[in-house]
Amino acid sequence: MTNAFASVAQVRDGLKKINYLADDGIAGVVYLAQRLGKPVLIEGPAGTGKTQLAKSVAELTGARLIRLQCYEGLDESKALYEWNYKKQLLRIQADKTSDSWTEVHDDIFSDEFLLTRPLLEAISAPDPVVLLIDEVDRVEVETEALLLEVLSEYQVSIPELGTITAKQIPMVFLTSNNTRELSEALKRRCLYLHVDYPDMEREKEIVLAKVPDISANLADQIARIVRSIRQLDLKKAPSVSETLDWARTLILLGVDHIDAEQAKETLHVLLKYQTDIAKAAKELSVDE
Amino acid sequence: MPVIDLMSGFVGELRRAGLPVSLTENLDAMEAVKVIPIEDREAFKYALGATLVKNSSHWRVFETIFEVYFSLRGSQYNIVDPSEDQADEFWRDEQDQAQLGQGEGRGAGGGGLEALTPEELANMLMRALMQGDQAMMRALARQSVARFAGMEPGRPVGGTYYLYRTLRNLDLDNMLAKLMEAGKASSQRESTSLEQRLAKDEYEMRIEQFKKEVEAEIRRRLVADRGAEAMAKTLRKPLPEDVEFMHASREEMQSLKKALFPLTRKLAARLARKRRHGRKGPLDFRNTVRHSLSYGGVPAEPKFKYPRPAKPELMVVADISGSVAAFARFTLMLVYAIQSQFSKVRSFVFIDGIDEVTKHFRATEDIQEAIHKVNTEADVVWVDGHSDYGHAFEVFWERYGKDINPKTTVLLLGDARNNYHASQSWVVKEMRKHARHVYWLNPEPRSYWNTGDSIVGEYGGHTDGVYECRNLRQLEGFVEKLV
Ligand SMILES: Nc1ncnc2c1ncn2[C@@H]1O[C@H](COP(=O)(O)OP(=O)(O)O)[C@@H](O)[C@H]1O
Ligand SMILES: [Mg+2]
Repeated sequence: MTNAFASVAQVRDGLKKINYLADDGIAGVVYLAQRLGKPVLIEGPAGTGKTQLAKSVAELTGARLIRLQCYEGLDESKALYEWNYKKQLLRIQADKTSDSWTEVHDDIFSDEFLLTRPLLEAISAPDPVVLLIDEVDRVEVETEALLLEVLSEYQVSIPELGTITAKQIPMVFLTSNNTRELSEALKRRCLYLHVDYPDMEREKEIVLAKVPDISANLADQIARIVRSIRQLDLKKAPSVSETLDWARTLILLGVDHIDAEQAKETLHVLLKYQTDIAKAAKELSVDE
Repeated sequence: MPVIDLMSGFVGELRRAGLPVSLTENLDAMEAVKVIPIEDREAFKYALGATLVKNSSHWRVFETIFEVYFSLRGSQYNIVDPSEDQADEFWRDEQDQAQLGQGEGRGAGGGGLEALTPEELANMLMRALMQGDQAMMRALARQSVARFAGMEPGRPVGGTYYLYRTLRNLDLDNMLAKLMEAGKASSQRESTSLEQRLAKDEYEMRIEQFKKEVEAEIRRRLVADRGAEAMAKTLRKPLPEDVEFMHASREEMQSLKKALFPLTRKLAARLARKRRHGRKGPLDFRNTVRHSLSYGGVPAEPKFKYPRPAKPELMVVADISGSVAAFARFTLMLVYAIQSQFSKVRSFVFIDGIDEVTKHFRATEDIQEAIHKVNTEADVVWVDGHSDYGHAFEVFWERYGKDINPKTTVLLLGDARNNYHASQSWVVKEMRKHARHVYWLNPEPRSYWNTGDSIVGEYGGHTDGVYECRNLRQLEGFVEKLV
């Protein structure tokens, strides 16, 4: 790693400089991850800065970010590597007459025909990288096992080419929106970080950092209202991204002090369900 | 004691509390404490959490145990001598100001906090809460415990008693109203209802935080007196998934509710996935050929037919009398959260009378609200409001029996404590004849079954199985198997 952290405080301050507001938990675990060389599994509701954390750590350490976006059906050929069979077919076609089969075989199973996918790319990288395995809860259990294997050995073996071992252990972040339980084995392998909605002070700072031209006063009011709304029993509580959307909307509308009417008219930016909007409007008595 | 030595007791306690800490994780934690100094307390706590706790619903249990084992660690966490506290400085400042204003002291002279009356201390607290002064709140929490809790070494009294004594002396119950009043008085104009609401939330949070400080101080003193191990034992609480439905305290109910939501979401996702990938059918020849066109006629990507198994219809019949009400509630919530897994869900609740409540769940997306309607509107009392399974089943059969068909799965919920009424177990027998499956879920421990007025055996014999569902863990296990 190019820039090793000296302390937890340094992580927190460093992240703050690039507009990521971490609490003690987040900063502590990032620091620990680097010191112990272990992957971090970040779990928590959507829109709370899990993906952003990996990106920001990459930026902070001056490492290249390699991202594996997970989805249902993601498999080895998209996560690890794949042979470029089209190119291989062409190569076979082109040389039908001249070469012997062994030659062709050796040739088409060389680097030139290998499509490197994020996991392999991260392992074979000569430069410092941060590997982000985003929304890992979406993949099937088999793919999860594959990830685990890579994260345990930091090597990949390709039958036709041999084993590729990492020259350095990259920082790895896995994120999960918690839609399913991940395997015990994967969890054991990782440091676990639960990222929840930020407290009011931190949310205010996030708003100030992320929304240009917002006044401290408005940011404070926004953070307070959002905190009160999160305490209600809702189908879906507002996330940080929704807070930010709301702040931007209010700025566009030229609001600098939120009154009941404005809150009511813009609640739909913050809340997605009609029942939630109604509940919040009633609770904050922004009805009358 | 060095940190490393504290660790084995700490990890042991986590395991006793039910957290699944593996050997590797234990070793990771040992590495972690080497690189994060205990003085950076929050980071230290999170470092331990990151290596030892891999399920966020276990965090609270972890935090309590952490507090117990590490509460006396770090210089700023020593037990304070009440006379040399930060509160003193605050007090002197206050006095200086009072003197400036009124030209005379407040009688206490330069004396410490001992001289303060409880009222004066409460006023100081009020000011600290008004200003949200964290350091002051902490100092006052400690001061209050030292003065009011009446803790004596060796006394076999629990923390709640001391908490109660401390808070009563501070008149904390009326604090919120007083703060709101003071807030109103200090602002120049009439505040809007939105502003008032926000102010109330803010004050409530500060009061809550102050209470936590008081609790923490009491705990610290208890640990100092009794030792970490003994304290951990008294404080030991089940994990949310292990809380018994029938004996949950209010607070535990709260944590259960919290745990239920992510659990249902995960369960729904898992079931949906199973449905999609469950079975690979026979080769779909046409589809394979169609796809082969993009490979120049080579059937490179074989396609399979996915059979779509018919979804069952569900009928839930739940006893909602006193002791099993919570269980019925959680089961209904769970079932409705995954209702897309069934072609139809109908629900019935009873005590000695029975009523269909399906419509409440149809009327709203909000399961909580539907449950509330069930509790308030269902017509379930026939004679005296004591469970009468026999009568409820008879009426059920009469009214709805004809709706049971080979696609129906019936879930019967309750402890089968029938108050010595006639069982009418023939109804269950008939149900099974007509339904696809009939299951009984019992929230009582198996060892209580068929004792006293429980006749679960008599009903159970006619079902496809009786399941013990004392807690979320067991309930979830059953529901997953059901689908
Ligand atoms: N602590 C934070 N500091 C700065 N920005 C944040 C923070 N948390 C969330 N955000 C912002 O909120 C938005 C959502 O974050 P994202 O990382 O995409 O959420 P997640 O991956 O958890 O769904 C992004 O715009 C991100 O920059
Ligand atoms: Mg994300």
